[in-house]
Amino acid sequence: MERPRSSATSALSFYIHIPYCSKRCGYCDFNTYTPKELGTADLALITTPYVDSAINEIELAKHQVGQAIVPTIFFGGGTPSLMPSGEIARLISSVRENFEISSEIEVTLEANPDTITEKYLSEIFAAGVNRLSMGMQSAVSHVLAALDRTHDPANVKQACEIAKRVGFKHLSVDLIYGVPGESIADWQTSYETAFSLPIDHISAYALIVETGTKLAAQVKRGELVMPSDDETAEKYLAFDGAAERAGFAWYELSNWAKPGGHCRHNIAYWNGSYWWGIGPGAHSYLNGRRWWNVKHPTTYQSAISGGQSPEANSELLSEENMRAEFIMLQIRMKEGIELARLDSRECEQAKSFRDSGHIDGEQWHSGRLVLTPSGRLIADRIVREMLV
Amino acid sequence: MPAIPLSKAPQPSKTDPAQIRNFCIIAHIDHGKSTLADRMLGITGVVDARNMREQYLDRMDIERERGITIKSQAVRLPWQSGLDGKDYILNMIDTPGHVDFTYEVSRSLAACEGAILLVDCAQGIEAQTLANLYLAMENDLTIIPVLNKIDLPAAQPEKFAEELAKLVGCKPEDCLRVSGKTGAGVEELLDQIVAQIPAPKGSADAPPRALIFDSVYDTYRGVVTYVRVFDGQLTPREQIQMVSTGVRHELLDIGVISPEPVSSKGIGVGEVGYLITGVKDVRLSRVGDTVTSYHNPAKQALSGYKDPKPMVFSGLYPIDGDDYPILRDALDKLQLNDAALVYEPETSVALGFGFRCGFLGLLHMEIVRERLEREFNLSLISTAPNVVYRVFLEDGSEKIVTNPSEYPDGKVAKVFEPIVKATILSPSDYIGTIMELCQSRRGTLGGMDYLSEDRVEIRYTLPLAEIVFDFFDQLKSRTKGYASLDYEPIGEAEGDLVKVDILLQGDTVDAFSSIVHREKAYPYGVMMTTKLRELIPRQQFEVPIQAAIGAKIIARENIRAIRKDVLAKCYGGDISRKRKLLEKQKEGKKRMKMVGRVEVPQEAFIAALSTNSDGESGKTKK
Repeated sequence: MERPRSSATSALSFYIHIPYCSKRCGYCDFNTYTPKELGTADLALITTPYVDSAINEIELAKHQVGQAIVPTIFFGGGTPSLMPSGEIARLISSVRENFEISSEIEVTLEANPDTITEKYLSEIFAAGVNRLSMGMQSAVSHVLAALDRTHDPANVKQACEIAKRVGFKHLSVDLIYGVPGESIADWQTSYETAFSLPIDHISAYALIVETGTKLAAQVKRGELVMPSDDETAEKYLAFDGAAERAGFAWYELSNWAKPGGHCRHNIAYWNGSYWWGIGPGAHSYLNGRRWWNVKHPTTYQSAISGGQSPEANSELLSEENMRAEFIMLQIRMKEGIELARLDSRECEQAKSFRDSGHIDGEQWHSGRLVLTPSGRLIADRIVREMLV
Repeated sequence: MPAIPLSKAPQPSKTDPAQIRNFCIIAHIDHGKSTLADRMLGITGVVDARNMREQYLDRMDIERERGITIKSQAVRLPWQSGLDGKDYILNMIDTPGHVDFTYEVSRSLAACEGAILLVDCAQGIEAQTLANLYLAMENDLTIIPVLNKIDLPAAQPEKFAEELAKLVGCKPEDCLRVSGKTGAGVEELLDQIVAQIPAPKGSADAPPRALIFDSVYDTYRGVVTYVRVFDGQLTPREQIQMVSTGVRHELLDIGVISPEPVSSKGIGVGEVGYLITGVKDVRLSRVGDTVTSYHNPAKQALSGYKDPKPMVFSGLYPIDGDDYPILRDALDKLQLNDAALVYEPETSVALGFGFRCGFLGLLHMEIVRERLEREFNLSLISTAPNVVYRVFLEDGSEKIVTNPSEYPDGKVAKVFEPIVKATILSPSDYIGTIMELCQSRRGTLGGMDYLSEDRVEIRYTLPLAEIVFDFFDQLKSRTKGYASLDYEPIGEAEGDLVKVDILLQGDTVDAFSSIVHREKAYPYGVMMTTKLRELIPRQQFEVPIQAAIGAKIIARENIRAIRKDVLAKCYGGDISRKRKLLEKQKEGKKRMKMVGRVEVPQEAFIAALSTNSDGESGKTKK
């Protein structure tokens, strides 16, 4: 939790939100909008003004932060790959023009494997995107159907091959497990398929039923039945073992990577580094202050065009808040927490989880709190116990 | 117009007993007693329309909200009879309407010469009303049967007139028909009170004797004692004496209620009024006791005095342990107004510091609990109610057990438990299911009578412990709410009883120990272990839940260790939300109780301790 005390910032990551999707998936509660919801027939009509606003916010960041080195940029969404390559290029250029860029900058873009073409990938690669994160979710069609996704699982493989050909070194896929109707064997099929892809990173998430989603309604009506937590835990452990064997080392609760494949942007979040989130609903964190923008793209754009800050609200983190976040985030990672940073009560609480096999005994012995696979599965509980 | 202007009405202490009629209204909750009383206040002119409000005589919020009368009141109503044109004073003594307060009811009845039997003619008579009617008959009161709510579309006055006539021993056409709501028939009822109920008798020259039928603590005035004078006269500044306790007081104020207190020059034979002596504790002015003059004492007390005896016990614990002193002060204050409430400090390993409280019955318990929560802003956990056991050990010594966790381990020679006589009134369709319920609760059938073609009175002798344990809820659910219940203690009987302990990870949870019939021990053990398995969240280790009699395990369940308690995603936009959730959960953890190493949410205790299946505490309207 080494954070510079002064407002002079050495590193500032950028998250750039693309709040558009061609269709909303049943499980998704992200801040994203479909053309239908926005009352437009063609997203192309609204992307240019949106990117203009986003660029304005990047300039606002420059104005506020001054000098900074940018180690990572992450295009998240929504579906960033819906953006014309030229718009992606404009956004990256704006960051370059306003800030110093790390020579090893990581620029990730979340892509829909169904729609990307070789031409598109070449163009964004040329613009500076050097890492793709693809929403694979599952390789089993009935699981994809339960998730309200319709892509052909074969598209993922094809997209990865194109990306490789174009020159991308870092490719990641997202998987979702614990989906209604998904068997252990289905899950195994999905991750084995993922392991066979030319990728160096996998994020695997247990499905969360978010309130207000179509999925939540289906579960409430009994149309879909969520698997038990025990079964989902089994899937996590099965995946963790298989991933290690396939050369993907665990490094954060839901993330595994081959050597050099870690997502440095996400690590910045977990390490408490500074970042600026561009776009509606995006969160930012700088010098102990966190703020987030207004949620709707229209409100966002009108704030920006009116010369106003798009900030909706903010919080100043107290020492106690920072400590809570430090433990909460750090415990999710492979490095864990240095025991010397814990007070005696926190240590006492943690010890009982070491005794129950949730915290690694050997690591403890060498002075670190690191969760075992079964411990990762109850990480929130362990944090709660430590912080009370 | 038969109302008399108050100034011209006969004055207290100067009213000829021949002009007085003392009556009460016997009715079930919902049958419209308070509405009828309101109407009488209006028609006799003691409350004008401008000041009228609903349930005028029910003072406490709880009374008004729950529609029950906990404490009785007495109102002096001047009335000019429409039959003979003479002026009268009608004293309406409002009786508490519940099973737990039978003794208080009996004292109110003892203060009257007559009673109105008020029955909702859409519902018919209920068990408690019947019990109170029998009490009134035992007291030789003149009964005026009245059918209320004749304005209702569902009214069946003919049907229920027959039922009442049969019970009272009159002709169906003798039943008056009124509507407290519209006022129909109320004037005629007042006239009939004058005509049918005898005037009080007593000797004006004898040493004074007055019956205490109620005693209420008032923050400003101290204890207000309600009395009915039988002999002599009580006057202001006089030295009075309570016969049972021998306590001597000075009468600081004396008067009548009409319906607000009005000081008077005294109250004489047959009159009803209030006394204020400045005492602060109702236990010094006990219901049923006789008030006499200190300097001119009566030789003999009025008969029928009894000490209130708690029948049902429960542990009351503050959810927040810091509230213990508030709970103690609150109980002290409630006791000022409730001579039947007893309590002593108690410590539970599971629940912390609290009090073992004794109550007259289940409703009394609920009322006390509700007043503690409402008037003192306390959040409480109460243990499952239990009765008093008299345990004889093998060495011949005797132990009174009011808390199951104190039940002696082993070496028990004999146990005695309280027995009640229960009366159930129900549509005859449900006889089978009611008998089945009573048999399953160790009941012995005492008899059965048809009140009318399709309504029946069933009498059972049952252990009180069986009634205390969700009997009423079961009765209601099996009879779609139609059956009503009344019971009275009739002594004790030996029982084949054992204590069942519940253990979490090997530690006894004292709050869950229960004394049950040997044949019920296994079902109780299974019920509790199953319930707790559902209620206690999974912990980081496996938790065995066992039910045991002594060292013998009779039932067992396991709470498996938690496998998953984590949200998979935590990126930039999730951090604040996740931290706030964590902080909220931290608050929630404060509501956890530790039993050994096991964390048990308060809600689990509350739900596990409630005797009915849905986890709610007992119902209010009985």
